[in-house]
Amino acid sequence: MPSLTRVTLDNGLKVLLKEIHTAPLISSWVWYRIGSKDEPTGKTGISHWCEHMQFKGTPQFPSSLLDKAISREGGVWNAFTFLDWTTYFETMPVDKIDLALRLEADRMVHCIYDPKELESERMVVISEREGDENEPLFQLGEAVQAAAFRVHPYHHEVIGDKSDLQTMTRDDLYEHYRTYYIPNNAVMAVAGDFKVKSMLARIRELFDGTPDGPTPPRLVRPEPPSPGEVRVTVEGPGETTYLQAAYRAPAASDPDFFAMSVLDSLLAGPANLNMFGGGISNKTSRLYRALVEKELAVSIHGGSAATIDPFLDSVTLTIHPQRKAEEALAALDDEIKRVQDKPVSAKEVARAIKQARAIFAYGSENITNQAFWLGYAEMFATYDWFLTYLDKLSAVSPQDVQRVAQKYLLTQNRVVGTYIPSGAEGDDE
Amino acid sequence: MNKKSQTSRRPARSSSRTVNSLPGPDDITRTVLPDGIAVLVRSNFASPSVVISGYINAGSIFETDKKLGLADFTATALMRGTRRRSFQKIYDAIESVGANLGFNSGTHTTSFNGRSLAEDLPLLLDLLADSLRHPVFPEEQIEKLRAQLLTSLAVRAQDTSDMASMAFDKIVFAGHPYSRPDDGYPETIRAITLDDMINFHQKYYGPRDMAISIVGAIEPRSAVDQVAGVLGSWKNPSQPEQPPLPALNPLSETTRRHVPIPGKMQTDIYLGTAGPLRKAPEYMAASLGNSVLGQFGMMGRIGDVVREQSGLAYYAYSSLSAGIGPGSWEVSAGVNSANVDKAIDLIREEIQRFVAEGVSAEELADSQANFTGRLPLSLESNMGVANALINIERYDLGLDYYRRYADLVRSVTPEQVAEAARKYLNPDRLAIATAGS
Repeated sequence: MPSLTRVTLDNGLKVLLKEIHTAPLISSWVWYRIGSKDEPTGKTGISHWCEHMQFKGTPQFPSSLLDKAISREGGVWNAFTFLDWTTYFETMPVDKIDLALRLEADRMVHCIYDPKELESERMVVISEREGDENEPLFQLGEAVQAAAFRVHPYHHEVIGDKSDLQTMTRDDLYEHYRTYYIPNNAVMAVAGDFKVKSMLARIRELFDGTPDGPTPPRLVRPEPPSPGEVRVTVEGPGETTYLQAAYRAPAASDPDFFAMSVLDSLLAGPANLNMFGGGISNKTSRLYRALVEKELAVSIHGGSAATIDPFLDSVTLTIHPQRKAEEALAALDDEIKRVQDKPVSAKEVARAIKQARAIFAYGSENITNQAFWLGYAEMFATYDWFLTYLDKLSAVSPQDVQRVAQKYLLTQNRVVGTYIPSGAEGDDE
Repeated sequence: MNKKSQTSRRPARSSSRTVNSLPGPDDITRTVLPDGIAVLVRSNFASPSVVISGYINAGSIFETDKKLGLADFTATALMRGTRRRSFQKIYDAIESVGANLGFNSGTHTTSFNGRSLAEDLPLLLDLLADSLRHPVFPEEQIEKLRAQLLTSLAVRAQDTSDMASMAFDKIVFAGHPYSRPDDGYPETIRAITLDDMINFHQKYYGPRDMAISIVGAIEPRSAVDQVAGVLGSWKNPSQPEQPPLPALNPLSETTRRHVPIPGKMQTDIYLGTAGPLRKAPEYMAASLGNSVLGQFGMMGRIGDVVREQSGLAYYAYSSLSAGIGPGSWEVSAGVNSANVDKAIDLIREEIQRFVAEGVSAEELADSQANFTGRLPLSLESNMGVANALINIERYDLGLDYYRRYADLVRSVTPEQVAEAARKYLNPDRLAIATAGS
């Protein structure tokens, strides 16, 4: 069993280290507790844009050198921004990891945010948003999310609104960076082929000198109780209709989260929370049988995300070309009623747990994904959440599944969004 | 559906690996069964899982223009019912144990990929063999599938990247089978009958030139025995060889085509030319050149000019795809519809410079270091190794290929890169395809 070390430095930086000696690789992640959840109106998308600026260099590591340095050493690096967090990772050959550690220590404090670079990146981020806007499911998802959260800042997409992307200033971004990128708001997670003692010593050497900062402000705007079912429609090009039903779901730290995970598996197919590692198909899920096999939809997927505040459990349907969205919704409602009215079988629950176990095994094939979990779980709970995940799933009973179906999958608790295509046009020949 | 997070660049390459050394002759077991199937196995007990990957010698190359998409439709239909199992029974077996299995067809071959816990490998291989050998194509299931495929094509018609890529292939590969989309067109999918599928399966499916790799928590001997047990008696004496590919006519001038898709914010651009075969002697030089042009660091020179300096695009990069026949060497980018010409001009200038000046010794050294350094990462997961073994088999690379790889990469000179660039990329004879508003 690989050993796990947890240490908090004097400046508040939480460090998690896990030795894994299966490949000559090390994966290092730095997580910041800042995402789109703390962005006020007028500054939506600022966390994600800051993430882009973190690649634009420091005096010690100018941007032109950074990418080359990592690539030359055969490493992979990237960053992700989500509702609750922003994270940066490098996976490197064993003897090259020091570059990544030095880089992360440096860019926690010394990024330049050069005004010229910032303007160029403004266009890049707007271009990223425009690429998203090409996708009907992005348009629908954005509308559903906005309708589901009138007050809570989960209201807006991580990418942000175009008007804010056009108007935010260098000062806005730099202040955001300096406010949230502090050791006492960060978690460092490293997994791979190293010895804990020397790795920890090196991390102390690089990060101990970074001063902590004032506890960052949080935007606390709880969503009031749902006013009842909300329906939205989005119109756009194409000939394919999509429907999304999104229910208010429990937070990741809520004990109900695990019963909901089992429920999701039965309804829409096994959840895959891994960032790297394959999932499995959902053709025997209840909704696939009721909707795709019955030719009301041509595809169905669903599930929830692990978040700090209650977010959404959603089902997305691609409607069959010969059917109406309302017919598919009625069939979806019948299936939900069935799971509310009658306990599922113990066999179905056991099956969901076996599926989760397999997905965990696939995720443990690569070191990047194992390092990912060390920090990810800390963003909404603690690493113990991950360690005990399978046990908690195993403890879920058919009665639990029925209870959470009755509690969360309520019509008055949901937003139903429909993407209505503007037209049937010809073939693409 | 998990909430998608935004990322600063395109999603990371799928990662990967294995036990401290690269795969080689001493830890890859390669066996050819009497019926012609090559089986390649490498054990890895670090995780209790196992993957399979492979192909059979049937692809869209055997289709007529009127039935485009037949190979793909057939491959997708394999798991819709067999002599022994219904569609529900197949997926119930596989999903109940958290395993996965899927088929898809390309131009030359139909590929499969699967994974499971090691304890379920016998089931996975039994389902693989059952699907390949005894599909029954139940009519009711086929019609459901047809509606799904037609919907995918309707979605494709709205996808600016897919449509630009298809238009690009039509220009570069005019008159060649590679100009045709493997998933067909709505009218060809509608034209395919049950008999077409049954006949396609009877005629083209068989063990001839089939390959399968198995990687994970399994002993090689046991893996080979299991494959022999389910596929060893497979026979199709009339299974044909791959037909010869016609010669490709090079473009005589730069050719541009636009696919209008109303209502889109962003236009996708594909720009480039035909590339080398995977077995071509200059493949590695071209591949390293491509890295300098549009991959290394933040997408190489193309990314530097189009994204970093001009802010025109979130993604702008080049790629080299090489296979049994000529591949493509292409630059792709997604830009605001107002910036299309500007982006195309910038990309063409870079291609011109690349062909005229080649790459510097330093640039080449950077990409060489990247190619050799990232190898352990690309071979980290079982799937990474399984795909590597399949590459070895498909292109006769030799079991020691990944051990020789660093030397192969390091032996390439700037002159060889320049030569490959000149051979394939003619700045006055480019294909340019765009799709968007």
